[in-house]
Amino acid sequence: MWYLCVFYHRLLDYRKPEFESLADLFGSFDDNNQPTGSRSLEWKLPLHHHPDSPFHFVNLPSEDIARNIANRSILVKGLYEIWGEGSSYEELKEAINSYPDDRKLPYLTPDSTFRIIIDSFGKAMNFKDQTARIQAMDYIPFQGRVDLRHPEHKFWLIETDDYGSTNGLPPVVDKRIFFGREIGGADRKLLPTYQLKSRNYLGPTAMDAEVAFLMANQAQAMPGKLVYDPFVGTGSILVAAAHFGAMTMGADIDIRVVRDGRGPDCNVWSNFKQYGLQMPVSLLRADNNLPPWRPGLKEFFDAIICDPPYGVRAGGRKSGGRKLLKGVVGPYTVPDDKRTGHIPSTAAYSLAECVHDLLDLAANMLVMGGRLVYFYPVIRDSETLDDVDFPKHPCFKLIASCEQILSHRYSRVLLTMVKIAPYTEEIKEAARLQHLDFKENHVKWLEEGNLHAAVFSPDFPSSDDQDTKGLKESKKKYRGKYV
Amino acid sequence: MRLLTHNMLSSNIKGVINGFPLRIEADNVVVKQVDFNPDFLKNMFSKIDWKALAEASKIMGYPELPDETPDHSILDSDDFLQKFHHALLELHLEEGALVCPETGRRFPVNKGIPNMLLHEDEV
Repeated sequence: MWYLCVFYHRLLDYRKPEFESLADLFGSFDDNNQPTGSRSLEWKLPLHHHPDSPFHFVNLPSEDIARNIANRSILVKGLYEIWGEGSSYEELKEAINSYPDDRKLPYLTPDSTFRIIIDSFGKAMNFKDQTARIQAMDYIPFQGRVDLRHPEHKFWLIETDDYGSTNGLPPVVDKRIFFGREIGGADRKLLPTYQLKSRNYLGPTAMDAEVAFLMANQAQAMPGKLVYDPFVGTGSILVAAAHFGAMTMGADIDIRVVRDGRGPDCNVWSNFKQYGLQMPVSLLRADNNLPPWRPGLKEFFDAIICDPPYGVRAGGRKSGGRKLLKGVVGPYTVPDDKRTGHIPSTAAYSLAECVHDLLDLAANMLVMGGRLVYFYPVIRDSETLDDVDFPKHPCFKLIASCEQILSHRYSRVLLTMVKIAPYTEEIKEAARLQHLDFKENHVKWLEEGNLHAAVFSPDFPSSDDQDTKGLKESKKKYRGKYV
Repeated sequence: MRLLTHNMLSSNIKGVINGFPLRIEADNVVVKQVDFNPDFLKNMFSKIDWKALAEASKIMGYPELPDETPDHSILDSDDFLQKFHHALLELHLEEGALVCPETGRRFPVNKGIPNMLLHEDEV
């Protein structure tokens, strides 16, 4: 059955992937034979709507699945069974009247309660107009009682308007009127509850609550599943996974962050306690470059979610000695009497190596069909992501890449990869050789992947003024992804 | 540190072949209540190394688990699941150490967090 899905008009790239991840989680694909990793829903746009429009039609197998998806999502404003649509109120009336009675009458019975909500996109409507529009719906034989607080059935009248190309935005919607019954919608009250400014223990790169929930949805976190974050920091991503009932586990190379925090009531544990969530089953200090997992341990996690350190806000570290890996000092031994309490020096960890280790870890440690969800930085030298080479791995299929623009220099892209093939001995051996190459050519790898310079180096104006002007004008004004 | 974590960890010092299981030096063991989730336990049962768990559970003062790997059918027993749950998730090593069985290197556990980072000459 087709439903109208209205999204919040933000994080445009994240909307459909979130919806499809949840559709998969709630069993939309159980009856067909699409393999994991290439499952997608049927979508349609209303007439003359731009793909960035918040209005989409989506085909789902049942109303229960539709409700589950909408209620768990973060970006679905509402999911509706559409009783009629049109470009004018006459067309709408005709459409509603010809919508089958057996779909309408069960929701119009005398013992039910209902309300009609008016919503608009691209225009504002005053209270008087709203009331007039509600009263004009009298051709629908409502028998029930109006209840504005807790109605059983919510009906929505949604008007969109072509608001022209203001603010450099092309028109994303065309004038259209929809009337339908609400199936469900996101619980956005979660966001003020979990917002970072009221979080007990924060770090400089704590993940924003909304994005953390989106990551947990991409990872399909749910009760009974185990979710791992190898760069756990203050636990901001795992908090979202734990909210959806998953068991969580985290590691970090910085022991002060995972063990000490800012005191007994301000640490990673207290962030879970603050929301009454199940504590992580494990927090440990470990190096993602040399994970301490026992030999033979495999397919242990259902999902791995993380925000790897990519060297812009915070750089990664790995063990092995800062000067040692640079080749400034020769191999040395820590004297026996100083071993207890010795603080090992750590070396910089290049993004390429970090991502390599992450994929290798995930390939081994995720169950088949398990998901790896992580942010990957991209320097924005072109308008689209089409020519970006995202990390690849023989065990994984990339199923979603959602861009979030951070500055005009760079954006971060949330990648969702599904494990589709087992981790073989050959893959393991190739990873080991690559690991040695990273170690031997430490300095070269660090220089090659330096994002910090690309993001923060000053912009030198071109000597030829004409050129700069031409460049500026050629830049498209459309900024859809900023919303 | 829960025994679930202990069951996953080994000493990964360069050259060490048998780094698992790590010997537990328990200075302070606490019990932390965890919500009972049979699905999670059944999911974990096939993934963990049973002997290491049973041994570790004894050292932590809970000798209630069978020494040998039980048959999968035991998962139907609620009594077993409760014990498994307690050993795997509720026993918590707050202070102590994990000791490499081959080299004797101590990986300290403070405030419940095992410190598995290697020294420069162990990488």
